[in-house]
Amino acid sequence: MKGRIHSIDSFGTVDGPGIRFVLFMQGCALQCQFCHNPDTWDTVAGRVVTVEEILREIEPYLPYYRRSGGGITVTGGEPTLQAGFVAELFSECKRRWGLHTTLDSSGFCEASHAKALLDVTDLVLLDLKQMNPEKHERLTSRDNDRILKFAAYLSERNTPMWIRHVLIPGITDDSSDLRALGAFVGGLRGVEKLELLSYHRMGVYKWQQLGKEYPLEGVPTPTEREIERAYRFIEEGKAQNQTERAPHRSSITC
Amino acid sequence: MALRQSELRQTNKDDAWRGFASGAWRERIDVKNFLDRNLTPYAGDEGFLAGPTAATTALWQQIQRLTKLERDNGGVLDIDLNTISTITSHAPGYIDKDKEQIVGLQTDAPLKRSVQPFGGIKMVVDACEAYGFQLPQEIVKLFTEVRKTHNQGVFDAYTTEMRAARKAGIITGLPDAYGRGRIIGDYRRVALYGIDRLIAGKKEDLLQLEVDSMTEEVIRLREELSEQIRALQELKQMAATYGNDLSGPATNAKEAFQWLYFAYLGAIKEQNGAAMSIGRVSSFLDVYIDRDMREGKLTEEQAQELMDHFVMKLRIVKFLRTPDYNELFSGDPTWVTESIGGMALTGETRVTKNSFRILHTLYNLGPAPEPNLTVLWSVNLPESFKKYCAKVSIETSSIQYENDDLMRPQFGDDYGIACCVSAMRIGKQMQFFGARANLGKALLYAINGGVDEKLGIQVGPAYAPITGDRLVFDEVMNKYDTMLEWLAQLYMNTLNVIHFMHDKYSYERLEMALHDREILRTMACGIAGLSVVADSLSAIKYAVVKPIRNETGIAVDFEIEGEYPQYGNNDERVDRIAVQITESFMNKLRKHNTYRNALPTMSVLTITSNVVYGKKTGSTPDGRKAGEPFAPGANPMHGRDRMGALASLASVAKIPYESCLDGISNTFSIIPKALGKEQAARINNMVSLLDGYAESLGHHLNVNVFDREQLMDAMEHPENYPQLTIRVSGYAVNFIKLTREQQLDVINRTFHGAV
Repeated sequence: MKGRIHSIDSFGTVDGPGIRFVLFMQGCALQCQFCHNPDTWDTVAGRVVTVEEILREIEPYLPYYRRSGGGITVTGGEPTLQAGFVAELFSECKRRWGLHTTLDSSGFCEASHAKALLDVTDLVLLDLKQMNPEKHERLTSRDNDRILKFAAYLSERNTPMWIRHVLIPGITDDSSDLRALGAFVGGLRGVEKLELLSYHRMGVYKWQQLGKEYPLEGVPTPTEREIERAYRFIEEGKAQNQTERAPHRSSITC
Repeated sequence: MALRQSELRQTNKDDAWRGFASGAWRERIDVKNFLDRNLTPYAGDEGFLAGPTAATTALWQQIQRLTKLERDNGGVLDIDLNTISTITSHAPGYIDKDKEQIVGLQTDAPLKRSVQPFGGIKMVVDACEAYGFQLPQEIVKLFTEVRKTHNQGVFDAYTTEMRAARKAGIITGLPDAYGRGRIIGDYRRVALYGIDRLIAGKKEDLLQLEVDSMTEEVIRLREELSEQIRALQELKQMAATYGNDLSGPATNAKEAFQWLYFAYLGAIKEQNGAAMSIGRVSSFLDVYIDRDMREGKLTEEQAQELMDHFVMKLRIVKFLRTPDYNELFSGDPTWVTESIGGMALTGETRVTKNSFRILHTLYNLGPAPEPNLTVLWSVNLPESFKKYCAKVSIETSSIQYENDDLMRPQFGDDYGIACCVSAMRIGKQMQFFGARANLGKALLYAINGGVDEKLGIQVGPAYAPITGDRLVFDEVMNKYDTMLEWLAQLYMNTLNVIHFMHDKYSYERLEMALHDREILRTMACGIAGLSVVADSLSAIKYAVVKPIRNETGIAVDFEIEGEYPQYGNNDERVDRIAVQITESFMNKLRKHNTYRNALPTMSVLTITSNVVYGKKTGSTPDGRKAGEPFAPGANPMHGRDRMGALASLASVAKIPYESCLDGISNTFSIIPKALGKEQAARINNMVSLLDGYAESLGHHLNVNVFDREQLMDAMEHPENYPQLTIRVSGYAVNFIKLTREQQLDVINRTFHGAV
């Protein structure tokens, strides 16, 4: 099977545990204003490769991935747009080498569409960008309904998840939105980690290269204090959710 | 009844060696056997380490004050202009006598540099002048008219072609005007045996050389042995001025550190070699600490204090050199390389508690480029030591790693690293340091018929230049091969001249006194510009490369149409070219006679001279513009490795060590965040990285962990970063001591993990 990819990185350490082979898929349905890889949006750009070709790229580095407790991460772009390709890649990685597989997704994906892929995925890095639907649409060009449903589906499957939220001052750091995020995440099963990723401007040059106007011009990166504050709100939201759900849970126990 | 002299000595020796397991080492000079019998491997973690004592902190603060003064003074604090440095030349010097556990300075005051003219007087005159001092006329006269130097000898014998090659920079960095260095005396022998025993051994050697036929070789050996004996006697005298008697073996840990340091001090007072490495001493010294502790005579605090004070001395080794020299080998380097860890041939580790203690000096005293701490990495090292190394690397960027699993089969388990990446059996092997040939420029000579593209003069042989509009791979390769044949021959001949003269006019008496009589000599050649050449040839093969010629027909630039595979992406098409060039040049070197029948070897190492080489080399067919730096060592060119760090490492690991027994240097820079999010993950990933590289037969890895922003800030505000240490090709430097050009080069290098 063939897929359209943007690039590969043989040494990734921030997208999942250990040292990882990171495959960037080409093409994305969202157009997030803070995206640091806008060059991966276009669904007809990039390079077409076979699963076999990618496997050959991974093989030389297996000792590093194994020893560090790492594996492969597919990101993008949006990998679920090419779910069939990624599913075959993951399944071969598992069959041949027993490699740990991670899917880094925006979650903008029909659950039914991703089932086969999730069957061979050990960990999903799920970006929850904004809980407020209108704000979400402004930020990413789509509302978040499908994304939240996808999260619920993962929860139902009990798929291990790392939730990630990019903290952009003035855009994704409103206290009520962060509480809502906490509340939502608190209700999910399988969440192993919640990471706040600090918004950075290292992708700005790519917007310029693509001749696109950078929509977040003038937006600062968050300070340490703002990040701490955001974590606090998320925790509050989580706690609230748990209190509300407490009777329900105890009824199950009874 | 009074004891006779020999009985007395016997008693002393028995006392000094009390508690040590016996073995062949008692009967003959054999430090390795002593280690095999007495080393206590340590597999635990760093929990036992002690912080600095008050005396350590006070001494170090004083050194820092002096270092700042030195910097403010333009790079040199003071020079003793009136004394020629020899082992015994200077009166004792101290930092603060009452606080120092380990004593001894190169002159009578810390950071005061000495005059060492035997390698060449011009270097001394120029250095004095550059730093605002004036060398007395009588000394200049003495070393110009009365006593010949190595430098003068070399230029007496250099041919026209050698001078031209040197001027054009196709061979550069040659040790023809200064001490060659890269010889490691087995300084441990002085601690273990005492000087009298060593002199007795040398006298025995002399007797054995009373042979029928006094050939040139025998005469030379006899003269050298006599000089060695004299040097050992002088060492004893020097130590005596500090109140120490080195006649017999060291009797405790403090003496062992002190004896060993005196031996090293004698060597650096006599020689200002390019690299004055110390060997593999930390685990040796652990045996003495271990014994003192068993006897209840030493605490951990005291042991660490000995190590801290010893390392402090190694940090302030200074030589008087020109700013020119520092441009080539940046940052006032001395390469006091210490080899740490590794495995024994028996399968046990050579890691001891002292391996931890010496790394721990980077905390007790803060990070520093010297001594050049080199961990001999094996996948079988104890896990807790691996983790500690990774932690120290992440926090200080002050360690380099070399693959013990790759070197041990070649060099056994008692080798050390000289300078950056040159392995040698300690006390049994030395090298003739040969700097390096510029293979990038040689490629241009092949294209331009031996005419230098910068100077416009004929330097190489006048073969027919390439005249076509497009470079054709086979034609270029043919011509390149012929040009490399010429270069290899010229290079080897040049080195023969240099080392003949160095032995004659600047022989390393003391260092060689701490070697066996029969030693293996290597002729350590080197190459620069490997990645430039590999990429250039790949461009010629896989893209369309058109030379742009000036009015005299010299290709001064190249136009490239299309893409081509680049070295550093684990792409076999181009990596194979890099391997082929390396093997082919090594084979060409092997064809030539070498001085003293040395074994030719080769390194892929540039330290920071990649900047100078780049400056001296015109535009190359890979798209690199005239004057732009080469990549350091065996590194891929800046920014061309686009498949991530592991692909980059994989390309370099393909360069065969068998063809580069003098080392293959790779500098790896990564931003902390790109190593993982939490400290534990970073350590785990770093250990896996080093294990993986070792398993894939990579030889050497310099590890830098810092942000580009931090370096840029250090450029602007050096006063805030007095101890910022970074690693460049086999060496660590104080970042703020680099020239601005070198600083920019470091910043422009590939940083893995920029998002």
